[in-house]
Amino acid sequence: MAFKRNIDRLPIPPRDAAVHNVTCHFCIVGCGYKAYSWPVGGQGGTAATENAFGVNLAEQQPAESPAWYAPSMYNIVRQNGRDVHLIIKPDHDCEVNSGLGSVRGARMAETSYSTTTNTLAARLTDPQIWRYGTLSPTSWDDALALVAEVTQRVVAQQGEDGLIVSAFDHGGAGGGYENTWATGKLYFESMKVKNIRIHNRPAYNSEVHGSRDMGVGELNNCYEDAELADTLFVVGANSLETQTNYFLNHWVPNLRGASLDKKRAQLPGEPHAAARIIVVDPRRTVTIAASEAEAGPENVLHLAINSGTDLVLFNALFTEVAARGWVDRAFIAASTSGFDAAVTANATSIEQAAELTGLAAEDIRKAAAWIAEPKQGGARRRTMFAYEKGLIWGNDNYRTNQSLVNIALATGNIGRPGGGCVRLGGHQEGYSRPSDAHVGRPAAYVDQLLINDKGGVHHIWACDHFKTTLNASEFKRAYKRRTDLVKAAMDSVPAGDRAAQVEAILGAIRQGGLFSVDVDIVPSQIGSCAHVVLPAATSGEMNLTSMNGERRMRLVERYMDPPGQALPDALIVARLAQALESAWRAAGDAATADKFKGYDWQTEEDAFEDGYRKHEKGGEFVTYARLRAMGTNGFQEPATALDGERIIGTKRLFADGKFNRPDGRASFAATQWRGLQAEGKQAEKDKFPFLINNGRANLVWQNAYLDQHSDLVRDRFPLPFLQIHPDDMAELHLAEGDLVEVFNDNGATQAMVWPVPTARRRQTFMLFAYPSGVQGNVVGKGVNELIIPNYKQSWGSIRKIAAAPASVQHLTFKSQDYRLA
Amino acid sequence: MAECDKLAEQGRRFFLSRGAVAAVGAAAVAGTIPAGAAEAAPAPARIAYPVARLANVADLQPNEPMPISYPDADSPGVVIRLGTPVEGGVGPDGDIVAFSTLCPHKGFPLFFRADDRSLTCPGHYSRFDCEKGGLQIWGQATANLAQFRLSIAANGDITAIGVDELIYGRVSNVLA
Repeated sequence: MAFKRNIDRLPIPPRDAAVHNVTCHFCIVGCGYKAYSWPVGGQGGTAATENAFGVNLAEQQPAESPAWYAPSMYNIVRQNGRDVHLIIKPDHDCEVNSGLGSVRGARMAETSYSTTTNTLAARLTDPQIWRYGTLSPTSWDDALALVAEVTQRVVAQQGEDGLIVSAFDHGGAGGGYENTWATGKLYFESMKVKNIRIHNRPAYNSEVHGSRDMGVGELNNCYEDAELADTLFVVGANSLETQTNYFLNHWVPNLRGASLDKKRAQLPGEPHAAARIIVVDPRRTVTIAASEAEAGPENVLHLAINSGTDLVLFNALFTEVAARGWVDRAFIAASTSGFDAAVTANATSIEQAAELTGLAAEDIRKAAAWIAEPKQGGARRRTMFAYEKGLIWGNDNYRTNQSLVNIALATGNIGRPGGGCVRLGGHQEGYSRPSDAHVGRPAAYVDQLLINDKGGVHHIWACDHFKTTLNASEFKRAYKRRTDLVKAAMDSVPAGDRAAQVEAILGAIRQGGLFSVDVDIVPSQIGSCAHVVLPAATSGEMNLTSMNGERRMRLVERYMDPPGQALPDALIVARLAQALESAWRAAGDAATADKFKGYDWQTEEDAFEDGYRKHEKGGEFVTYARLRAMGTNGFQEPATALDGERIIGTKRLFADGKFNRPDGRASFAATQWRGLQAEGKQAEKDKFPFLINNGRANLVWQNAYLDQHSDLVRDRFPLPFLQIHPDDMAELHLAEGDLVEVFNDNGATQAMVWPVPTARRRQTFMLFAYPSGVQGNVVGKGVNELIIPNYKQSWGSIRKIAAAPASVQHLTFKSQDYRLA
Repeated sequence: MAECDKLAEQGRRFFLSRGAVAAVGAAAVAGTIPAGAAEAAPAPARIAYPVARLANVADLQPNEPMPISYPDADSPGVVIRLGTPVEGGVGPDGDIVAFSTLCPHKGFPLFFRADDRSLTCPGHYSRFDCEKGGLQIWGQATANLAQFRLSIAANGDITAIGVDELIYGRVSNVLA
């Protein structure tokens, strides 16, 4: 049976409950929430005068009530050392979500650490060192001294290339401006580490170099543009699941025609209608089904391309709009360069594109018209271009990204209301670091260094490559082999003899071993190989700033205590830097030791003041106090001025027609098709029968680092799903829920079979990065020229392992698609 | 299918008037109002639920939902005879179930789809499987659908005796 909490009553927040600003720490949308807390032992009443909402709670509340909270929004946590009731519920006054809660964010309270309700009991509470054959608790000083001493010795012997780092670079949980600055200061200022990678890719690089090199920063519009657009052109994104409340609160009103008044008011003098939407995706998604229900099927165009052929489609669309003159000549002349050359270089006929993409030529023509055909009276059509992992983690990332930006520029849709050419995003953003120029371009392919016995010490900050890297089968084998050498060495001498421990560790490193230090909030799969594990605080357990997909910056206020001895990452960095200073000084190298000064931060706000305030554009206007006062709406970066204590932001980038190039002009790019670009992909496609497409599910955030501890999520997805056409299942003699192995020459993984009649034959879709079956195991090591992985174009075989296990017997496999009554 | 259509239509109306709706309760499905509510204490509930007659087995047609309300008139639901036995089903064929029809996400009224025996929300597209204890097929709700616990008398009377999740819009399933 379905998981049920059997909760039939919740405590009521009293009128004097404390209220803190919260931005959801999961996806990039960054929905606004409020945290209500009050001491255990008391509560408010149902009378309107007796509760925090001023509402009679003895009555049934209406739909969309601001005064209702689900059991998942409630917990009992520690706050300043005492137990408090905690309710984290969506904020109806936040412009981003207007009171909507996603199935992820509306579980923030329930996925908080509680020693009373025992939620997230798995959270790391103490520093740990590998001792006595297991990870054993110890003090911060003890753990950091070992990390510093081994790191110093490795760097002294191998140089800074001997230190390999994996670190978050984003906002939200496991990131934020405070923590990216701190880690950046340590590795890019005190040191010049270049063997560094990011949480979901094997190098230190942008996922959208292509757009940036054209002078077009990738988060250039505002969420309101989705309400103003004539057409939404969406590539490789399933926004109802992955940017849920952006879709529900800003796209749906436009698809439904509910934003027409806003369009007429803000954009007078041109005709307006409800939006049309084009979705480029090999797979039919719930986003498409919902769009059809809202806008009518006649206003939805699903371009189900052959996987990896986006670039050909975009070149054909670019060619078509140019040929028909559906371009913004004034904008092209004033704000761009290289248009004519790009038209020549990228010339692709609709028939050529139809052949390669598998689309009907008439659908490509229709898409071009929906994007760019002038409206009645000649007004320019406003089209918002939005893309995410289907493009970013797809074939030929750099060129494909550029070929899409070409269309947006040609049609004058950047910096204008109802436009934009934007990535939709995964995490929130929160990047503030000293220059990374020394990393170089292309950046080092860090996974290959780790696999090939390079480096001696690995610092990991909130990354779990065992779940979120490509070529994961080989990576895990190599990582375990190398770290086991060090574990065996550590086991060979008494744990309390520090000098002997360090000598043993360094001896193992000389034999190809790797000393692994893992900073995280929960035990991770890569952390099972670590020799030192350090417990971090997460959003809400520290003050934390980030920005969302429209550059909206907010402060999440600390509303509860971190577990045990856990600390904000920024303060872990500070203590590690101080320990490294001591280690270098003890080694007699005062000059190097002095590079680790400047970390005398007492709070995360100190790190914010040191980093964002001093280094980011407009940072001088931004303070914790001002952000606190601006609540869950915050402001849109960059800050440009103050109005009293109110920060003035920037609604859209490039509204003045000036782009991020030396001449201020956005440059068109030549983006010729070159087939499946990454090494090994075409051969894999030729050899194996099934496309193993992959991506996210609404219910699961990131690699399920918290959700793997959620009863609701574990009950729903005990195993990752593999969606597959029923006829393919019949050929493979599979029934729903069966356990299968997905395999190819890169490795193997497991999944649970989910029949999907709307799937295309031999095109499966697997949940990405799930703990109980890692899709990355079957992804080849091929990358693009800038070391961007290609997760999406993977092909493999499928075979049955076992009939549906008991853990999936209660599940449903009915269609996820919404259909009107 | 008259009742089914009525539910669906109501869902559509709410959907279209989104934002302008003030009270779900006032527009709730007019169903069987619990009469002579006796106290019951079914484990593991922590509050006392009324025992309320919802319908008689003879009133139910296979796969046609009958609107009811429980634990009181402001909490709409459906009782359904699915036609095939399901886990948790009651009655002679083990196929009778009852659910709240307020979506646990935002309280929009769910509509029943006979073709796949699901309850679906017109507000934000959440879907729940009536054959799997209200398991969310897909959606925004952070809980599976509240199911009403049922008992069947010898004469075929179907009685609700409790609820297994918090009903949308309430701090307590039994209002006080």
